[in-house]
Amino acid sequence: MKRATQSTETPQVGRSVPRLESWLKVTGRAEYVHNLRLPGMLYGKIFRSTVAHGRIKRIDVAAAQALAGVYRVVTSREVREVIPDPYYGPAFHDQPILAIDKVRYVGEPVAVVLASDPHVAEEAVHLITAEYEELPAVYDEVEAMTSKAIVHEVLRPAGTFPDLKHLKDRKNTNVALEFRLRRGNAEKAFRDAHRVFEHRFSTQQVMHTPLEPLVSVAESTESSLTIHTASQSPSFVRIEIARLLGWPENKVRVRVPFLGGGFGAKLYIKLEALVSVLSLLARRPVKISLTMEEQFFTITKHASTFRIKSGVSKEGRILARECEVWWNGGAYADIGPRVTQKSGFTAPGPYDIEHVAVDSYALYTNLPPAGALRGFGIPQLVWAYEGHTDLMARELGIDPIEFRRRNLLREGRPQATGTVMKDAALEKVLERISVLMEWGKPFDRGAGTIRKGRGIAIGFKACVSPTTSLAAVNVNADGSCIVYCSTADMGQGSDTAMAQIAGEVLHMAAESITVVHSDTDVTPYDMATLGSRSLFHMGNAVKLAAEDALSKLNVLRKELGLAADCPIPDIFKKKYGMQAGNVAGAGSYIPSYKSPDANGLTDNATPFWMVGASGVELEVDTETGKVRLTRLVNVADVGTPINPKIVETQISGAAIMQLGFTLHEKMQFDAQGQLRNASFAEYKIPGMLDLPASMVNEAVVAEQKTGPFGGKGVGESGTFGVSPAIANAIHDAVGVRLTALPLSAESIWEKLK
Amino acid sequence: MRREIQFQLNGREVSAQVAPHESLVEVLRESFGLYGARESCGQGMCGCCTVVVDGRAVSGCLYLATLAEGASVSTIEGNEELDAVQQAFIESGAFQCGFCTPGFILMTRQLLDEQPDPDDEAIKHYLSGNLCRCAAYPEIIEAVKLAARKRRKA
Repeated sequence: MKRATQSTETPQVGRSVPRLESWLKVTGRAEYVHNLRLPGMLYGKIFRSTVAHGRIKRIDVAAAQALAGVYRVVTSREVREVIPDPYYGPAFHDQPILAIDKVRYVGEPVAVVLASDPHVAEEAVHLITAEYEELPAVYDEVEAMTSKAIVHEVLRPAGTFPDLKHLKDRKNTNVALEFRLRRGNAEKAFRDAHRVFEHRFSTQQVMHTPLEPLVSVAESTESSLTIHTASQSPSFVRIEIARLLGWPENKVRVRVPFLGGGFGAKLYIKLEALVSVLSLLARRPVKISLTMEEQFFTITKHASTFRIKSGVSKEGRILARECEVWWNGGAYADIGPRVTQKSGFTAPGPYDIEHVAVDSYALYTNLPPAGALRGFGIPQLVWAYEGHTDLMARELGIDPIEFRRRNLLREGRPQATGTVMKDAALEKVLERISVLMEWGKPFDRGAGTIRKGRGIAIGFKACVSPTTSLAAVNVNADGSCIVYCSTADMGQGSDTAMAQIAGEVLHMAAESITVVHSDTDVTPYDMATLGSRSLFHMGNAVKLAAEDALSKLNVLRKELGLAADCPIPDIFKKKYGMQAGNVAGAGSYIPSYKSPDANGLTDNATPFWMVGASGVELEVDTETGKVRLTRLVNVADVGTPINPKIVETQISGAAIMQLGFTLHEKMQFDAQGQLRNASFAEYKIPGMLDLPASMVNEAVVAEQKTGPFGGKGVGESGTFGVSPAIANAIHDAVGVRLTALPLSAESIWEKLK
Repeated sequence: MRREIQFQLNGREVSAQVAPHESLVEVLRESFGLYGARESCGQGMCGCCTVVVDGRAVSGCLYLATLAEGASVSTIEGNEELDAVQQAFIESGAFQCGFCTPGFILMTRQLLDEQPDPDDEAIKHYLSGNLCRCAAYPEIIEAVKLAARKRRKA
C-alpha cells in the first residue's frame, strides 16, 4: 500500500499518517490504567470459586482479616450495603458483583481483600476458605438445551433491549435467547433439491489475552465516583454504574487512557462495578489489576456448535439452507444474546439463497462467561459455513471458487433477512483472492511425507445496529484543533483516523490535531468501541462536528467582513481584539435501522457490511500431522481506507490472531469445569515463529457511500476466512476433514492413522 | 525486611529500599516511576517486562530487584533522543496498542548489537520470546531491518 510521509500534504484522508501517539509508545510513556497510582490507594485481590456450580454455605474470612496489613475483606454482604441489587450486564442483569448464594463457574469472584500492599492482599486471599454444596453442572452448549442443571433459576433480562422483555422471569431454562429466522420454505426446497448436504462444526473456547490485563481504579467522595478503567465502553460503564448506585450520570465519571489491547475483552462492566463498591466502602481509591491467569476467568470467546444443511440444484445453485447454532455463553450472558441475534442472522453466509431457516441459541453453562471477541461470533459462523461450502463443492465436483461465484450475493440482492446488499464488495474480494492465489495455475501437491494443499474462504458481517456516536471539535484562537470523542484507542489507530477525518474537513494536518481520550465528564456519549463500528459511526460524528465548526468559522468570517480564506487566528483577533475565544462544533450520528419481525426479517438490518476472505497454501507432514503455512492471503472490503498503512496492519493483525485460534489456542477444562491452562506457559498465542512464510494483506478498491470519506470498519474483517481456509487446505493436502477447532497436529495425525 | 541496594539506572547512580520478594519491574515502577517495563504474563513468557541488566535483557517480572545490586540497569526510558530502532518502529508502523513495544525495542537493540544485518529467520528466532497480541509481527520484522540499515548508515 502506498505511504506518504509529507505531514502537510493534503488530502489528509488516504494518507498513511504514522500514529499520533508514536513517540509515546516507542519511549514507554503512553498512558495506561496499568500505570496509575493514586495517593492512599488500596489494592484489591480476588478470592475465587473452586467449584463450577454450588450453593455457598460458608465463607470464612477471619484469618484473612487478621493478617497484618489487611485493610478489609469484602463479600457480597458488604456489597449489598452499597448496592442492594448488585446485578449487572448489558443484555441481562444476571451477574453479581461478588457471588451471592451461588457460584456458577470455577474462578467466579467470591470475596476481595483490600490492602496497601498487593502482596499482602494476595497472601490474605489464600487464608480465605469457603464451603459449597455442589450442584450438578453443565458445560456443553448442546447439552445445556436439555440439561437438568440450571445455571440461573430465573432469567433477568435488562430493560434496555425491547426484544428480550418476553424472557423476564422465565424459569428452568439455560436458553438465554433464541433467535429465529424464516424466509421462504426451506423444508419444501430440501425435498425438491438435487442433493442435500448436512454437516456439524464446532469451535473451542478461547481468550482475548490483551497484554495489558483487565484493570480498573475507582476513587470516590460521598456522592461522586471517578473510575479510571481500561474500557472499550466508557459511556456504558457510566450509565450502568449510575444505574446500580441509583445516581445521576453526572456523579459518575469514567476516564479511559490508551488500552494495551482490547479485542472485545474490555467491554461493558468487568472490574468497574467491583472497584466502585470497594472504593465507596473503603473511602479510599481502589485498584484491581488482574493477572494473565485471572483474565481467563473473566471473559472469553464463545465455544459453539453449528449444524448446517443445504439443498443444491443440478446446476450447483444453493436453493435452501438450514442453520442451527448453539452458543456457549458460560455462566453470565454478557453480550452473548446480541452475538446470538446480530451474528445469527448472517449464519447462512454471503450467498444468495432463497429458502432459509436459522435457529440460534444463547446458552448458559458453568464455564467462564463468553462475550465478544474480534468478530462478534462471525468467525465461528464462517468456520462452519465455509467448511460446508468446500465439502459441497468437493462432492459436486465443482471448483470451490467457481461454486462460490455461482452462489455469491450480488449487489442489490437480498440477504437472509431480506436486507438488500449495498456497498459490499463480495465479488471483488473473491476475485482478488483468486488472482492472488493464482488459482487457475497448476499447484505443486508435494511428495513423500510432505503434502501440499490450498484452500480459500469468504465471510461477511453486518455492523451491529442501531448505535449512536457523538463528537465535538474545538477550534482554538490560534487555529489549533481538538477532537473530543469517547472512542477508545486500543491499538486500532482511532485517534489518528479521527484526526485525519477532522483535518480533512478543516484543511489541517492530522498530526497537528489533538484527540482527547474518553472522559465522560468531557467527551460526548459513544455506544462503545466494538464490532468495527467506530470508524463509521464516530468517523461520521467527527466529520459532522468538524463541518459544524467550519461553518461557524465561515459565519464569523462573513459577520466580521473577512475574506473567505481569512486565516483562523485572524478571525478570533478581529472578533475578540486579541487571541481569545474558540469555536466548538458538535456532531451526532445514528444510522437508520428496522428491527427484525417475528420471522427475523427486516429490510434494514445494518448500516454497512464488512467482507473478508483468506487464501491459504500449506504443507502437512503426514508423519506428525504438523501444518506449516507457506502462504496466507487476506483480502477485505474496508470501503476507502482512511489510513492505508494502519488498515493493512489491522487486516494482518486480525488474521494472525485468528491463526492462533485456528491452530493452537484452546481453553482446556477438566471434568469438574476447572480450567487447566490459564497461563502463557500452557496457552499458546501466536509468536514470530508462527508467521506464515509469506503473507499478503490487501484492501480492495471500494467505497462505503454512507461512511466518512467512503470509509468503514476494518478491525475484524481479517479474521473471517482464516480458520476455514486452513481446514479446506488441509483437506486438499491430505484428504482429512477436521470439523472442530483448533486444528492441532494431533487431531490431524489421529485422522491420518 | 527491606534493605538498601545501589545500582546504576539509565546511567545514574541510584539507591532503593527493596524487599526480598520484589521484582525489578516493581522497584522501577514504585521507586522510580518508570512504567515502560510492564508485567503482563507474569511468567517471563511475553517479554513486556524486558529490562537490560549489565548489557543483557532479562524478564523484569521474574528478576529479583535485590540481584540488581551493583549492576547497570537500563530501560526504554534511558535514551533522551529516539534511536534508530525507535525511529524505525515508528516509520514501519511496528506497533498497535504499544504495550509490548518497549520490550521489542530493547530486544531489537540487543539483536542488532550482536548481528548488524539479520535476515528474517534470525529476526524471528531472536524475537520469538516477545509476544504481540495485536500481532504487528510483519511490521516489526520490517522495522528491525530498517533499523539495521539506519545503524549501518550512521
